[in-house]
Amino acid sequence: MTTTPVTDPTVAPCTALHHPKDPMLREDRLPHIWCPTCGIGTAVSCFVEAIKESNVSEKQIVVVSGIGCTGRVAGYVQTDSFHTTHGRAIPFAVGLSLARPDLKVVVFSGDGDLVAIGGNHLIHTARRNQNLMVVCVNNFIYGMTGGQLAPTTPVTARTSTTPYGNTEPPFNVPHLVASCGATYVARWTVLHIRRLKKAMTEALNRSGFSFIEVIAPCSTLYARRNRLGTGYDLMKFYHDNSEIRHGADTRDVAMGFQDKIIVGKFVDEDRPTFLDLYRSKGKGDGK
Amino acid sequence: MSDQAVLTGEHFMTGDEAAAEGGLAAGCRFFGGYPITPATEVTECMARRLPGLGGIFIQMEDEMASMNAILGAAWGGAKSMTSTSGPGFSLMMENLGLGIMTETPCVLVNVQRGGPSTGLPTLVGQQDMMQARWGSHGDYEIIALSPASPQEAFDLTIQAFNFSEQYRLPVLLMMDESVGHMFEKVIIPPADEIKLTPRRYTKKKPGEYLPFQAGEDLVPELIELGKGYNIHVTGLTHDEKGYPGMNPETQAPLVRRLVDKIRLNADNIYMYDERNLDDAEVVMVSYGITSRIAQLVVDECRAKGQKVGHLRLITCWPFPEKKVRELADRIKGFVVPEINLGQMVREVQRAAGRNVKIIPVSHAGGGVHAPEMIHEAVEEVIK
Repeated sequence: MTTTPVTDPTVAPCTALHHPKDPMLREDRLPHIWCPTCGIGTAVSCFVEAIKESNVSEKQIVVVSGIGCTGRVAGYVQTDSFHTTHGRAIPFAVGLSLARPDLKVVVFSGDGDLVAIGGNHLIHTARRNQNLMVVCVNNFIYGMTGGQLAPTTPVTARTSTTPYGNTEPPFNVPHLVASCGATYVARWTVLHIRRLKKAMTEALNRSGFSFIEVIAPCSTLYARRNRLGTGYDLMKFYHDNSEIRHGADTRDVAMGFQDKIIVGKFVDEDRPTFLDLYRSKGKGDGK
Repeated sequence: MSDQAVLTGEHFMTGDEAAAEGGLAAGCRFFGGYPITPATEVTECMARRLPGLGGIFIQMEDEMASMNAILGAAWGGAKSMTSTSGPGFSLMMENLGLGIMTETPCVLVNVQRGGPSTGLPTLVGQQDMMQARWGSHGDYEIIALSPASPQEAFDLTIQAFNFSEQYRLPVLLMMDESVGHMFEKVIIPPADEIKLTPRRYTKKKPGEYLPFQAGEDLVPELIELGKGYNIHVTGLTHDEKGYPGMNPETQAPLVRRLVDKIRLNADNIYMYDERNLDDAEVVMVSYGITSRIAQLVVDECRAKGQKVGHLRLITCWPFPEKKVRELADRIKGFVVPEINLGQMVREVQRAAGRNVKIIPVSHAGGGVHAPEMIHEAVEEVIK
């Protein structure tokens, strides 16, 4: 059987077709660098949907990333965007947001970038309740450098630097940031696209330090080394093993290797931001 | 006093405070800092003064955070600044490079103490001069100014901001502990007599504007965020659009321009103080606190009839090699006292060539030179 080319003059040629989300992406930089079945693209997709649904105008959004696979997000979103150094997206964003409090500054980066090399900035920024939204895509591994141990790698998981299985306990990231004072903490997998989008919309609409952990598959490195199958298998795993528990005590949401994943909105509370308090109490006499 | 950015009048203040006041007078309204001896007073002065001026002071969690916060604030439109000393300066190096690569105007004050490592926190050194030039990785040029008095700490901090806006890069104020902690008279002029270089914002509209397309002086223009330009700024090698390009074709024009915007404009950046150079047979090359002992020696030599002159470096980077080369053609030799084991003297050697004597007068740090040490070097050139 041969296929007949489309010649219907009422159908626009293929080059003129646009995905509805294209205007929110830097089309001139596509295709992106992420592997097939990587979860980062889904997180970005939810993010651009969330921007549309939020009360924030697109122009007012600035995306700041660090280094790594997720660190490349800043390069694909059609907003003012900054791709900084490894671990330093948060302090860069802190300076930017304090200089321009009218902008909504979103840090989009990975677990290694935010929790290992940038861990100090993460905890202090949560403590100060800086007005930032942080999206942390957690794929349990360093992707960009070829699959090394992350501070989120579950015990026993194999990476190129834990070839006999990881023996280090990982961070329970929602608990880490919640205990430091983050005022919004949620976790979703990239299977939960509606809930993830909703969480991102909520974070865009609120002030203070919001943290969303996005569990995402890395089939090229994490799944392959640990014989977890394909991206599809990982999504199926999320489907079968995620449990939604809003308001869960974050002490109970730690993740083991191929263990149950507790997802949901864990923290949502109001507390004055750094800037609120600085403006109210920080006015000295200057002498 | 609280809401006055420029404290016009005569003051008795330290170099550290003068640097902070210079920053405020230059329009600095964002300071991200971390305490470190002997630079803490810069931070404390900013903490006291900025809230009343509607500015932001934030004590960051470490020096890496401070450096990044001032870069972020600069992109947010603020004139921004930080201060540190040796160990903190080391921690700032990576993101000093980010500032250079992303062409971010800001000012970094380094009040130098003795090193290496924790070294002599409370005592003077001039040992970070080469780190200032080469401390971050990759090829780049930097601007570094060195004040010899609190008055100059004030003036040069303003100049540092002006250079940072003119050439779009982080500018270093390479102070030393002695100048930083020294109390002296500082005259702050009326605000309208302080010349400030404004931020170079583009008049182009979104769509026409390319964030890293440079004009004739090799410096690109900036935009205000949130206006729909949707710029992308990255530490990766990037093209004029700001988009990453992982190839030699993108690398060469970018890195050459970053270097050339300083090298080709160097004549407008050089600042030095020349004394008794016309008939000099021996020329002292010095900077910072050391220049004050050097000048004392020059005066004593002149009183003895020795033809000694003084080239005091105010701009240390880019190094005023033309000036040194020109002197080398007509003098017997250079004497280069520094509170290190020989850093800027290497630049004098490079610029002067082999036809003149060049005598380094090193001091390992923790104090300043005894004039006799420098006199001996002068005698050695003359004999």
